[in-house]
Amino acid sequence: MILTNLPVGETAKVVNVKGNNAVTKRLMEMGVVPGVAVKVVKTAPFGDPIEVRLRGYSLAMRRSEAEAIEVSS
Amino acid sequence: MKVLEVESRETENRSSSNPAPDHSKSQMLIALAGNPNAGKTTLFNALTGLKQKVANYPGVTVERKEGVWRYGEEAARLIDLPGLYSLDVTSMDEQIAHDVLTGRITSLPRPDVVIAVVDATNLERNLYLVTQILEFKVPVVVALTMVDLAEKQSLEIDIAKLSRLLQVPVVAVKAGQKQGVEELAEKAFEAAQSRKVPRLPWLTDAEFLETGEEIHLSLSDDAGANRKIFARYNFISDVYQESVNAVNTTERGISEKIDAVLTHKFLGLFILIAILLLVFQTIFSWAELPMNLLETGFGALGGAVKAALPEGILSDLIVDGIIAGVGGVLVFLPQILLLFLFISILEDTGYMSRAAFLLDKLMSKFGLHGKAFLPLMSSFACAIPGIMATRTIENPRDRLATILIAPFMSCSARLPVYTLIIATFFAGQTVFGFLSLGAVLMLAMYSLGILTAIVVAFILKRTILKSPPPPFVMELPPYRLPNLRTVFQNMFTRAWLFIKRAGTVILAISIILWALSYFPRANADNFVPRDAGASAEEIQKEREDFQQSEQLRNSFAGKLGHAIEPVIAPLGFDWKIGIALISSFAAREVLVSTLSIIYNVGKDVNEESETLKEAIRDEKKADGSPVWTPLTGLTLMVFFVLAMQCMSTVAIVRRETNSWAWTLFMVCYMTALAYLAAFLTYQGGKFLGF
Repeated sequence: MILTNLPVGETAKVVNVKGNNAVTKRLMEMGVVPGVAVKVVKTAPFGDPIEVRLRGYSLAMRRSEAEAIEVSS
Repeated sequence: MKVLEVESRETENRSSSNPAPDHSKSQMLIALAGNPNAGKTTLFNALTGLKQKVANYPGVTVERKEGVWRYGEEAARLIDLPGLYSLDVTSMDEQIAHDVLTGRITSLPRPDVVIAVVDATNLERNLYLVTQILEFKVPVVVALTMVDLAEKQSLEIDIAKLSRLLQVPVVAVKAGQKQGVEELAEKAFEAAQSRKVPRLPWLTDAEFLETGEEIHLSLSDDAGANRKIFARYNFISDVYQESVNAVNTTERGISEKIDAVLTHKFLGLFILIAILLLVFQTIFSWAELPMNLLETGFGALGGAVKAALPEGILSDLIVDGIIAGVGGVLVFLPQILLLFLFISILEDTGYMSRAAFLLDKLMSKFGLHGKAFLPLMSSFACAIPGIMATRTIENPRDRLATILIAPFMSCSARLPVYTLIIATFFAGQTVFGFLSLGAVLMLAMYSLGILTAIVVAFILKRTILKSPPPPFVMELPPYRLPNLRTVFQNMFTRAWLFIKRAGTVILAISIILWALSYFPRANADNFVPRDAGASAEEIQKEREDFQQSEQLRNSFAGKLGHAIEPVIAPLGFDWKIGIALISSFAAREVLVSTLSIIYNVGKDVNEESETLKEAIRDEKKADGSPVWTPLTGLTLMVFFVLAMQCMSTVAIVRRETNSWAWTLFMVCYMTALAYLAAFLTYQGGKFLGF
């Protein structure tokens, strides 16, 4: 499953960060690596970006960026 | 978890053969590194006190903060690296930090020890940077901040265990109360002397992941780099699990509760608008009194100098060139101080990231980052603080795009021009019988600026500033009370930069503009009083006015006005308006005083003055037709919306972009746009019969 399909309020485990570009690198540096649990907290007023919680902190990202993140619940 | 070994890079017997601190070599250099929001600035301030030097790194606009850290007999240079999440060189900040840690910055040796500032409430992600710093084989001491907040969140951190697992000293500090500072100093000076660096077990892990056996990892390979990130976090997860006992998390609850309101789908935007309105309203109302005082002060200073010095070129240079020019720019200081006060508070509390979060979708439609919103809003007051505020945008292209469009926001210096033209030609008229034409025109001018900015941003981001959309991936830090000392220090640092750096350029341009209108000297020999029966005082006054306008006519500025007349004639402007345009390059509001000098109505006029309005309406061409029609006025306003006529802004853009090429580009494209729009307005208006 892709992170953007995860409903608000749900938690899932990251299984893969697809792609090899600046965005995926930044995501991984911020702690989005396989094995970590992420929770979708909310979406911004215009539906984008989204806020997720992981490793005890909040991270905002655009939907287009979250599409690189594969999760399984 | 593997057993960690310690290796020492320098000879063991160095300390025994030379027990005293080594003063023969240059002073010890300590670098302070850490994530944004980890409390790095607060710690830096606590360690260095007020003795700080702020400058830019050579060639870039990354701020370089340095201070001296005194501890007992010892003193070390302390350098504050920019706040970072990672040391891979994807941003300017990361590049600079990388260069500092590898000793590639000229005039800055490689640091003897790095103090890694780590937020105890966000341990895992903060430790990521620590693992990267350790890979540079430099001695590291971890300063653990926010320990009290972690305790409140029932995060029990076993500091001794953490230190043992990381193989570096870990010291809990409360910078505000100066707690732990002594221990931090001891460990840092010790580490710098022993030069102990730990073995890095995760690198072996990364190598294992790569090939299944220990061989050297290819650093240029991106897949390898991703594996390395993964390996670092694996190591960190192990360390975290062994040294931290998380019971539950209440402070996160508080931030989440605040966010339930502040980033609410509908409420969030209203609150954002309300906060911004409050900020700008406060800036305007609080800055008014000190700005008036400064203006009066510079006026009084000019008067005093004029009285003290003998009449002549020196007195004129100091009073009309330097004091008037530099003073005219320094009056913006209260606005700048206040804006930075609010920006510091908004940043320190964590709200700024939320504002970017709320607005990113909207802003990204124009090719701008969510963080561009505040600088653009500030530019309605004045483009200078607005452009300085773009420093919060990390991506250089996004930042440049924002800088290049910020001056289109109608700033307060355009108001006198709009007011003069509207009062002269459009006063008392209405649209649809009830709307004041003046108000409609005013709104139209503001809208023209905003629309142009949007279109230009859109084009820039698709042409010369084309870049893949920069990652928005951004931390939403927990809400915290701002540290007042950090806020004020931040504010005064920025203000001082403005005074010092912009001041030098502005001083030079002021003198040039003054000289252009001062030389060559004209006299008032062919003065004939209009009314020979007037009192001696009146005649003297008239004579002075005559002398002034005669001077302007014959000066280099006057000649320039004549020279550009063919160019501006299609806009309906004559050479006198040309002089006003040239002088208003210094600052837009100068147009009003220049026009009044040209039209001979005495110096002490403002945009409300009846005589200036009458003089403008009465000004005749050689054939007796009026120079100014309402269409000329409208054209002038359109020109002022779009033209880059503010030397302070030019100076600031030069400083913030660190490039004359971009600065010139901005001046040229804005002036070209202004000319084109004014041309279309005037010729179109004439075609339609106005």
